[in-house]
Amino acid sequence: MRMKSSAIVMVLYLLFLMLPIYWLVNMSLKTNAEITGTFSLFPRNLTFANYRTILTDPSWYMGYVNSIIYVVLNTVISITVALPAAYAFSRYNFMGDKHLFFWLLTNRMAPPAVFALPFFQLYSSVGLFDTHIAVALAHCLFNVPLAVWILEGFMRGVPREIDETAYIDGYSFPRFFVRIFMPLIASGIGVAAFFCFMFSWVELLLSRTLTSVNAKPIAATMTRTVSASGMDWGVLAAAGVLTIVPGALVIWFVRNYIAKGFALGRV
Amino acid sequence: MEKTWNNKAWFLVLPVLVVVAFSAVIPLMTVVNYAFNDTFGNNQFFWAGLEWFDEMVHSERLHEALGRQVLFSAIILAIEVPLGIFVALNMPKKGFWSSLVLVLMALPLLIPFNVVGTIWQIFGRVDIGLLGGALAALGVDYNYTSDPLDAWVTVIVMDVWHWTSLVALLCYAGLQSIPQAYYQAARIDQASRWAVFRHIELPKMKGVLLIAVLLRFMDSFMIYTEPFVVTGGGPGNSTTFLSIDLVKMAVGQFDLGPAAAFSLMYFVVIMLVSWVFYTVMSNMDRAGSDIPEEL
Repeated sequence: MRMKSSAIVMVLYLLFLMLPIYWLVNMSLKTNAEITGTFSLFPRNLTFANYRTILTDPSWYMGYVNSIIYVVLNTVISITVALPAAYAFSRYNFMGDKHLFFWLLTNRMAPPAVFALPFFQLYSSVGLFDTHIAVALAHCLFNVPLAVWILEGFMRGVPREIDETAYIDGYSFPRFFVRIFMPLIASGIGVAAFFCFMFSWVELLLSRTLTSVNAKPIAATMTRTVSASGMDWGVLAAAGVLTIVPGALVIWFVRNYIAKGFALGRV
Repeated sequence: MEKTWNNKAWFLVLPVLVVVAFSAVIPLMTVVNYAFNDTFGNNQFFWAGLEWFDEMVHSERLHEALGRQVLFSAIILAIEVPLGIFVALNMPKKGFWSSLVLVLMALPLLIPFNVVGTIWQIFGRVDIGLLGGALAALGVDYNYTSDPLDAWVTVIVMDVWHWTSLVALLCYAGLQSIPQAYYQAARIDQASRWAVFRHIELPKMKGVLLIAVLLRFMDSFMIYTEPFVVTGGGPGNSTTFLSIDLVKMAVGQFDLGPAAAFSLMYFVVIMLVSWVFYTVMSNMDRAGSDIPEEL
């Protein structure tokens, strides 16, 4: 009996989650005339024209390429700098470590709106405006502290004896770190990379402020359907659906680690 | 675990410091500069002292935005936390269904913020949206672009849709760490469902729940993109939250001084909250961690 009622709860909740997404997919497969003309729960005249528009027009699909470039760059930078720092926090006490850790965390809590304008001025002044690396660096503001936090949690679970044994066996620090330590916390690196990917992918305020043409993210490209002759609902919906796809793929690959990452409470 | 004292660890932290200094400290200094100076846009600055702070503290507009922001965060927490716990308790524990449910639940979390806004903008429209259309067919007078109450309801339902899964997933992770033996003991004692929840599940979820509440508080406190896309802060100013107001002031009107003073105060509030968060967290860690290692 209990099994049954919980199944009903889950079905209702998932229905609530999926309905708006279904509606978006539904609209993306309709023509504009059908969207505004008739009200139907599924497309009468199935069309892929909206997707074709996006996938054949460089000003559209380059938005996806740009987004993916800076998201990947950001994930790589965040994880690379966070790994040694997380190791230091998990293994050693040093002068000011607690204050430093707290200061890092406050950056995760900083409202992006506060930083939008100064970022624009900073990156313009060093000539990085409208480049992928600018957005990737800007997103480090919240992703580096996050990555340090997640990785530190995973590293704390690895017994110290492993480090000591490796040193006795004559491993140097870099070699020990890459060959022995990193494989041990592989799932932690996966979880941290997932969250870096996620937060960089969904962020819009900073990425829009820091780009104009060459590195414009897809999320910002989408706003242009508004100003075109009337509202191009079909293309807007199709673009929205395509932004969901990379996220869905990533989740599918890390699904077994998500619960573990959340369990550390380090999001 | 015992940690050893080693100041050379600073070298390992150095890369993080460099990156974060570039992306946090330098911009923050720019903000501080604007907050205490007046400028006419030609890179000449005049000392303004606390003038901007004074203006902002007494600004009617800021008080209203703050009021709306606090109300919004309070409503969000009051809905999402109980709902998240409830959903977590009903999630399948293992097997194919559990993976599928996890993936479907995490899906809204990975949609770019403005697309979340777009989805709900479309979904709620009376002419082409399922929700708006259904409500209209039921005879409910619903229009989020002209009625402030409808705009609020839309923004809140959207946030519940977007973030309840985060609370649920955190709670689910907490629940997973409860050994089966606890439940068996409860069954022998013939404990009621409520007693199991109150005395076994809730205490075990305490840690993750605290994190969930604070994360949701902070993220809802700086919400920008989603309500901006759906309502643009309107109708009137009814859904203009702190971040929306700030961006309007800084980028729209280019009132850099007041906007910077506003930013600093905003930042300090969030710093205070995160300090409380951090203190409670590290006290919990010291008290022998509610989050078991084997997970």
